[in-house]
Amino acid sequence: MEFFDEAVPHYRGSHTDRNALVPTHGGTVKPTARYPASVSAGLASEDRDVLLVGFDSLVDFDAPHAAAHLEAAGVPFEVRAVTVRFPGDLRADAEVTRYAKPLDTDGETTVDGRSRPVRGALAERVAAELDGEGRVGFPAILGDDRPHRVRAALEDRLDADVFEVPMGPPSLPGMRLEDALFDALDEAGVSIETGNPVVDYDGDDRIEQVSVEKHGARIPNTADQYVLATGGLVGKGVESDRKRVSEPVFGCHVPHPDDRYDWFDTEAFGDHAFARFGVETDDSLRPLNGRGSAEFENLRAAGSVLGGYDFPAEKSGSGVSIATGYAAGRRAGEAV
Amino acid sequence: MASVPHVAVIGGGSTGAGIARDLSMRGLDVTLLEQGNLTHGTTGRMHGLLHSGGRYAVSDQKSARECIAENRVLRDIASHCVEMTGGLFVKRPEDSAAYFEEKLAGCEECGIPAEVLSDEEARAVEPHLAKDVDRAISVPDGAVDPFRLVVANAASAQEHGARIETHSTVTDLLVEDGEVAGVEVEHGSGPGKRVHGVEGGREEVRADYVVNATGAWAGRIGEMAGVDIEVRPSKGVMTVMNVRQVDTVINRCRPKGDADIIVPHETTCILGTTDEEVDDPEDYPEERWEVDMMIDTLSEVVPMLAEARTIRSFWGVRPLYEPPEVGSEDPTDITRDYFLLDHEERDGLAGMTSIVGGKFTTYRMMGEEISDHVCEQFGIDADCRTADVPLPGSEEFSVLRDYMDEFGLRSPIGRRSVERLGSRADEVLDTDGPNPTVCGCEGVTRAEVRDAIEQSGSDLNAVRIRTRASMGNCQGGFCCHRLASELLPEHDELTARRAWDELLEERWKGQRHALWGQQLSQAMLNYALHATTQNRDSDPADGEPVDFGAFDDGSAESGTGMAVGVATDGGNRGD
Repeated sequence: MEFFDEAVPHYRGSHTDRNALVPTHGGTVKPTARYPASVSAGLASEDRDVLLVGFDSLVDFDAPHAAAHLEAAGVPFEVRAVTVRFPGDLRADAEVTRYAKPLDTDGETTVDGRSRPVRGALAERVAAELDGEGRVGFPAILGDDRPHRVRAALEDRLDADVFEVPMGPPSLPGMRLEDALFDALDEAGVSIETGNPVVDYDGDDRIEQVSVEKHGARIPNTADQYVLATGGLVGKGVESDRKRVSEPVFGCHVPHPDDRYDWFDTEAFGDHAFARFGVETDDSLRPLNGRGSAEFENLRAAGSVLGGYDFPAEKSGSGVSIATGYAAGRRAGEAV
Repeated sequence: MASVPHVAVIGGGSTGAGIARDLSMRGLDVTLLEQGNLTHGTTGRMHGLLHSGGRYAVSDQKSARECIAENRVLRDIASHCVEMTGGLFVKRPEDSAAYFEEKLAGCEECGIPAEVLSDEEARAVEPHLAKDVDRAISVPDGAVDPFRLVVANAASAQEHGARIETHSTVTDLLVEDGEVAGVEVEHGSGPGKRVHGVEGGREEVRADYVVNATGAWAGRIGEMAGVDIEVRPSKGVMTVMNVRQVDTVINRCRPKGDADIIVPHETTCILGTTDEEVDDPEDYPEERWEVDMMIDTLSEVVPMLAEARTIRSFWGVRPLYEPPEVGSEDPTDITRDYFLLDHEERDGLAGMTSIVGGKFTTYRMMGEEISDHVCEQFGIDADCRTADVPLPGSEEFSVLRDYMDEFGLRSPIGRRSVERLGSRADEVLDTDGPNPTVCGCEGVTRAEVRDAIEQSGSDLNAVRIRTRASMGNCQGGFCCHRLASELLPEHDELTARRAWDELLEERWKGQRHALWGQQLSQAMLNYALHATTQNRDSDPADGEPVDFGAFDDGSAESGTGMAVGVATDGGNRGD
């Protein structure tokens, strides 16, 4: 985790055997070991009273619904909710970044015919509703580039801690994490090729080179060690058709039942085989073929392309990614 | 008998709703009883074809003539439910040329406008037709939204004083002195709209006449009074694609067969179907071979279907009926015609008639005939007006107005909202406050969702069929929780949570038949959104009380010991 913390200093959580409970947009709490600083004042595992603020045009977070749901979950504090209009003239279907950008720059917005900075205008609307709560939760739209400043400005004016409630994609906390990780790669001098898919490879027991398709041409790239981090079913690192499940880049073996009607459970939250689809590996994270030996001596896999775990049920997605990404990278490094 | 006869109509599908509208417009007192949502049975499980009659032009010309007549009526009275896509009967080289000619002649005999298109002309209409399709006949087939149509019929009946009860199961027929005197009903949640968590109750609905319009379920109602109704339910699969590969109804020009039709429906195409007799209209196998057959056989006509994405499959049961003496072995041989069974004439049981068989396209005509029959019982001479008076939503209305500006909606959302709402657009979309999009796939706005909630209570599946919310590509992945939120503050949180759970399960049910390729990826994404971010698989409000104090409170003190309550490891599911 130290390695992660160096790259992403804005994450919190003491990472003990106990998780923290982070309220999310549906009004439940999600057990979480590490969480962005922007959500830390909102933990349901502490007991200060909460005011949740929703925006009437943002359907992904309904503050009164979330507050009532949290109460039903028996949280150890009072939760109130208000729904306000976001200052300025956002259209009803605005993306989350449309809320975040003006908060980043504290741009001028027109409220009741006069122009004023948006952070102050927002704080004023919320302050009118605040009734002594020590912390105030907003949907996760509080800035893209400068979330810390946005929160600090609101906290200053509200005289309360401010936190974000994570929502579904596109998620600003997720985008901020992605930015931090890419920045760390830049700093470490990693060269990055994006936008061009790997379409072929050469090698039998060992991968000699991979070909990237660029403007219709195949450009070979060589390395001593390769790490497959192409994602699972969602990221298309694991693909399927009516008959089989496969790993498309290197054709690694993906164990799965023959009949596609055995891939799922009849209940929406049942025990789904598909949730575990991915490659099997040996102890050094090398994908295994159907006979139990490594597909390639210099290929390792990390993250969601790995099979055998149900990350939505386990809430283990980021944890497995961080741990296996670190381990696969270390092992690959040691092998060079 | 009261001066105005009271008629209980059992069955809230197209037939029952059509009868309820007709009788109430003729001044009778009507109660419509449906065990699920409106369209819950067969009506909500059809491919949405508005027949031109072309499909029956060779085998069953009486039905063909009825279809083309009603096709014209529905275009007029239900314009907001109908999309006149046009239809093609396409012939591949291996399909019989003689049958093609018979089809053409049959259409002409039945008064169905039909025109022969060359291979090039057919492909100009539908570019994705197979290269070897050699000819086609164009006919006025269309697409119709069965949900919208039935809801509009029920709304019209209500305007004329009818009482509409959904989630109300008929548990017995009241028979007194050899005559049906009413029905006993078990309400799911109290009379009126369905609200989760509201205690239901038993009610005796006394009626001067009972109409059994329960389609494939007609036999069950008959049994309650000891009469035999030999409905022969036959199942058929419909496979929903994620886009419209075609904009015209495509029929394979063959005598009969499975997997021979593609209906463009809203944002999707629906592939159909199979025809297999089943014993129980509620419990029959939904099989993999049926889905595979739709894709494999119909890709002979539209090859791109082989690799296309399907979003779900569903099955319906046809309420087929034939007089027992006919004795067809194969359900495909059973007539699609409808039958009116007067149980007084047939079984010596006065006070009830059943209507069985028939097709969605002719629901109104069936309603007219049975309403005539009911009126006759009471010596009432009232004209049927259902063919002339437009349904609510299809009244005089110009779609040319600029609704985007008027209601602050972006195209194409504004266009789609107005198409769905028809002439109700003004009353529904003219709201205070912003009107954001709740369902992005289908472009459904908050105002429409709230309007549907007002009509149907806390049942989100009823909201779904009224608005199409959650019926697009993502199958509710992004909007189920938003729809649940719209139930507040009219309904409480627990009610919203139950309705949300029910919608998630309903959406999952149909997707299970589409789980490969992109839709399997979508399913994994949805599962991750709902179980990870929203933690709905171990919702802390549903399970054992959570010991919040046992969890990390962020104060950076290290601690030990796992807390119980909220599942951190997948809960009791094991792993």
